[in-house]
Amino acid sequence: MNIHEYQAKELFVKYKVPTTIGGVANNTEEALKVAKEVIGENGPWVVKAQIHAGGRGKAGGVKFLTDIKKVESFTQDLLGKTLVTHQTGPEGKVVKKVYVQEGIDIEKEFYLGIVLDRQNEMPVMMASTEGGVEIEEVAEATPEKIIKINIDPAIGFQGFHGRELAFGLGLPKSDINTFIKFASALYTMYMDLDTEMIEINPLVQTPDNRFVALDAKVGFDDNALYRHKDIEALRDLGEEEPTETEAAEYGLSYIKLDGSVGCMVNGAGLAMGTMDTINYVGGTPANFLDVGGSASAQTVAKGFEIILKDKNVKSIFVNIFGGIVRCDRVANGIIEATKITKINVPVIVRLDGTNAKEAAEILNNAGISNIITATDLADGAKKAVAHAK
Amino acid sequence: MSILVNKNTKIIVQGFTGKEGTFHAEQCLDYGSKIVGGVTPGKGGQTHLNLPVFNTVKEAVTKTEATVSMIFVPPAFVGDAVMEAADAGISLAVIITEGAPVVDMMKAKAYATKKGMDTIGPNCPGVITSEECKIGIMPGMVFKKGNIGLISKSGTLTYEAANQVVQNGLGISTAVGIGGDPIIGLSYKQLLPMFEADKDTTAIVLIGEIGGDLEIQAAEYIKENITKPVVAFIAGQTAPAGKRMGHAGAIVSGGSGTAKEKMEALTKAGVHVVVSPAEIGETLSKVLKG
Repeated sequence: MNIHEYQAKELFVKYKVPTTIGGVANNTEEALKVAKEVIGENGPWVVKAQIHAGGRGKAGGVKFLTDIKKVESFTQDLLGKTLVTHQTGPEGKVVKKVYVQEGIDIEKEFYLGIVLDRQNEMPVMMASTEGGVEIEEVAEATPEKIIKINIDPAIGFQGFHGRELAFGLGLPKSDINTFIKFASALYTMYMDLDTEMIEINPLVQTPDNRFVALDAKVGFDDNALYRHKDIEALRDLGEEEPTETEAAEYGLSYIKLDGSVGCMVNGAGLAMGTMDTINYVGGTPANFLDVGGSASAQTVAKGFEIILKDKNVKSIFVNIFGGIVRCDRVANGIIEATKITKINVPVIVRLDGTNAKEAAEILNNAGISNIITATDLADGAKKAVAHAK
Repeated sequence: MSILVNKNTKIIVQGFTGKEGTFHAEQCLDYGSKIVGGVTPGKGGQTHLNLPVFNTVKEAVTKTEATVSMIFVPPAFVGDAVMEAADAGISLAVIITEGAPVVDMMKAKAYATKKGMDTIGPNCPGVITSEECKIGIMPGMVFKKGNIGLISKSGTLTYEAANQVVQNGLGISTAVGIGGDPIIGLSYKQLLPMFEADKDTTAIVLIGEIGGDLEIQAAEYIKENITKPVVAFIAGQTAPAGKRMGHAGAIVSGGSGTAKEKMEALTKAGVHVVVSPAEIGETLSKVLKG
């Protein structure tokens, strides 16, 4: 789960990670109130669009302002505007909130982040002197400019971790302790809140030698949200794909793609494998959909409903490997589902595994004209692709 | 022979009396697995599925001499359960539970390693040695005895692959579902040498997916150390970047962990890489016929 910059900065304040002074605004009145009362009558101010995507600056979603009237007019411009950045996709994202922050003097810009290092199975803190540049670009062009240090949770964040990063960044001795304090606070927040990643880009150093998080990106481990109800409450459903959210409510894992063959599969790996097979035999998958282990009539019906919301879908490939769930039961579920959700495209069904023969008989005997049975994965994919043309 | 588990392996079940634990323990017993008891705190002294229930893993190990634990406890308690198993001297924990927090697994795995306990999973179908011992949730009837070792991140793709192997007149020695979470126990790199050393395994099927770099590590290992033929499939060639494809770890981030780079690395290592899982069985058959 991701959150907005303003929410991330509120968490920074809580964890004593120095950040900008500011506040969120839903309209121009609130923006002016924050600008004047929280930051000050004389500014300067920075107004930033709040969407779950990077690249806002380049897309015109961030402005440094010295005139309070401009705070009002720029907020007005941003609210309701669709921002298209390299992370939003071509359809962009609508700005519903802005964050108004103090404009501060910048001496130097850095990058500081923490993510899980899957290879070493512990968090890794990364710092770079290339602040303000996408870390992926830095990693590609000048990997030597990224300093990485693993932090073993068994010992937690120690001084040497901080020193290694600070000296790596070329900080003078006088700045080392301030930096260590900053990094240590960030690590505490990372572990305490079960975050998946924290990224500060840029982390700035002011002329009076303070380190301040100018931006903030924080994502959380979905599996741990049950123990952070206050974090879960920060979820902004408006930032998520509505069909994906709806699917999740029914225990379905759905991701929309832009092809024409709808897919309904049990298991994430087989679901991806099915998409790959459709592609391999010359078609294009319309979605990823894992119906989970049970594949009951209700979940299958909901799956059909969600797939058919996409008007590009010309055929649907149901690919179920029945294990513990017997195929004959899944077949009955599919027949039931066709009664709940009206399906107007050909449905190619491949049921393999336990009681596959009985399942094929049930489907063939049901006499539903747009259900076509397939013998295996390749056969099903070919038929589904043929029917989508 | 086989790897990890066989007909003599003594197993306990943590989360024994719960709905999932009960259902799957029964299925495993039917398959012939030697489950000798289970653990449910507070239900010690009771009998479940005609087997003893213990309050702690330590007690279960002392009384039953079990060496393997199959874990079904809810996600919030997985870390605790794995550490308890490690502390009690279990040598292999098979963690079926889906949805364990990353931080919990990070700590639990580090502790397991310290105690010398291997783990499989979490969020995996488990491990099966055909017609001898099933520890997990896979459909037993798909796995017929044979000489193919199978290592996979995905549950249903494991069944799909095993089914194709059998339909091509071959069979499975041992199949291990390693799970698709960001932090998992035994992986390709630890399992490949076990299959290489197993005289009953003549070829290996490796199934991976997008995210992380375990498959790349596997490719490097295979190139230097594996003499038996390997057939591989990587799921997610058509998956969009930045999206989590069902499994917590199945995500292409920052342009790395793509199916393409994994397939290329495996191909370079001499592995027979198939583009569709539909071709696993046939390819394996061809490779073995030489």
